Amino acid sequence: MISQHFAKNIRKYALEMVTRSRASHIASALSIADIVAVLYSYVLRIDATHPKMPDRDRFILSKGHSCVAVYAALAEKGFFPVSELKTYGQDNSILMNHISHKVPGVEFSTGSLGHGLPFGVGKALAAKKLKATWRVYVLLSDGEMDEGSNWEALMFAAHHRLDNLIAIIDYNKLQSMTTVEKTLGLEPLAEKLRAFGSSVHEVNGHDHEQLKQTLSSVPWDNGKPSVVIAHTVKGKGVNFMENRVEWHYRSPNSEQLAEALRELEERYA
Amino acid sequence: MRNAFIDEMVQQASLNDRILLIVGDLGYSVVEPFADRFPDRFINAGVAEQNMMSLAAGMASEGYQVFVYSIANFPTFRCAEQIRNDVDYHRLPVTVVSVGGGLAYGNLGYSHHAIQDYGLMRLMPNMLIAAPGDPLEVRACLRYLISNPQPSYLRLGKAGESCFHSEVPDIEPGKWLSVHKGIRKGRTLLTTGAALALARQWAFSPDYTGYSVHSMPLWGMTAKHLQLEQIMAWDSIVTVEDHLADCGFGSWLRESLESAVNMLSRVSVLAIDRRVCGMVGDQKTLNSLGGLPICDL
Repeated sequence: MISQHFAKNIRKYALEMVTRSRASHIASALSIADIVAVLYSYVLRIDATHPKMPDRDRFILSKGHSCVAVYAALAEKGFFPVSELKTYGQDNSILMNHISHKVPGVEFSTGSLGHGLPFGVGKALAAKKLKATWRVYVLLSDGEMDEGSNWEALMFAAHHRLDNLIAIIDYNKLQSMTTVEKTLGLEPLAEKLRAFGSSVHEVNGHDHEQLKQTLSSVPWDNGKPSVVIAHTVKGKGVNFMENRVEWHYRSPNSEQLAEALRELEERYA
Repeated sequence: MRNAFIDEMVQQASLNDRILLIVGDLGYSVVEPFADRFPDRFINAGVAEQNMMSLAAGMASEGYQVFVYSIANFPTFRCAEQIRNDVDYHRLPVTVVSVGGGLAYGNLGYSHHAIQDYGLMRLMPNMLIAAPGDPLEVRACLRYLISNPQPSYLRLGKAGESCFHSEVPDIEPGKWLSVHKGIRKGRTLLTTGAALALARQWAFSPDYTGYSVHSMPLWGMTAKHLQLEQIMAWDSIVTVEDHLADCGFGSWLRESLESAVNMLSRVSVLAIDRRVCGMVGDQKTLNSLGGLPICDL
């Protein structure tokens, strides 16, 4: 699938950006690389030459700290030159370390968790009132589901029948200090989301075929918002980064970068 | 002021189909004229302020001009980060409307005392504060905000306020409005919000006989630079507000003199004393206890 190559490039650029700028959050970006690749390859109706096209689908990265994955995707799609990625994290760069609406193709600046979904709810409600056919996709982290504002948003979305809203949860099972399970257990997550009135599908968040099929068939239930629980691995794609909390924070040194890029070439040849 | 607000909203919404009103499960027997006339532009978001404010920003980002209405500290403190990051930072046309500024809900206790709101909202870099002093200033503020959509904070009293202008005044951010010309040269009371009624009374009292009275319904961080010139025209300015002194209106005015500190002695600040925090009583009682007395004329 063409999205596989896209995902490999997202991982490659993400690793380079984070190494060059000594930034954090690489593992959080790697876990969503496949989701982002599928969204930008098959799902989102967007136009790189017309970033504010009125009937574009709106994509909101609520877990804004994973921005390198989305910046890489936007550059690959031509929203801005790939060479711009080198400026990530530098003084006065528009590519700052949380996703920024000043970047072409980005709808909303996030950095504090729990804002993206309610903001997306507002957009989805506006679409309904304007009788627009575009959809709103919001990508959240699992730790982010601790925020009450998300549950407020889900209640509202169900009550107002916002079936043009699709939330994707990057369920990589790790948060800031330890596992989700040991911090604030989310299980039974699918049941909770269904009880809040959403239609829920669970997928392997690294299986492009599953992701594509699931995301392309929304809404699954008329009148209900759709929630994809994407089971993922934090740090996916680089062996030594997978499932390690420290890689939420650490940035790779040049040897680690070289090792990681080698692995990507082998794995995703 | 509440009724002037809804009445003006209905008038404006009939001319502008992008005006939206969102409430946080409050406004019973107040908002019905708008809700009944424009049901598809009225949303009750329930008792969920953080979602309410973010979704307001989301709708504003799609072309709506959104008014978010609740009482006292609910539309401000409860969703302060949403105002800061989603509305103000993105410069979206959302007006945060709080009914019951100051001690208007005095006997409902501390949770309902809005005496720190100027402090919070004036910290937002792109926020215009709209604090009308009477029902006519309410209409003036609304008309200004609708013609100049931007992040804004509309702080209303409750009900029963007198009118101090003869018609809807022309207002601009940072500009003082003359409400009463006193015979004593060089001395004025300067007020914002519902404290206008108090200031107007005081101009007849022994302590302030002959003082002029000015109101400033529109102010904020970006209007500070307009103050020096106006301050220079007076020898003594006494600011009056139904808010704590800390980080309030008078404190904002004093900050505007940072490049002319010799003028600071012209400005004195009358505000609510912190001893009022935790006390319960009606607005008149608490204002008096807090240092803003009603005058017996």
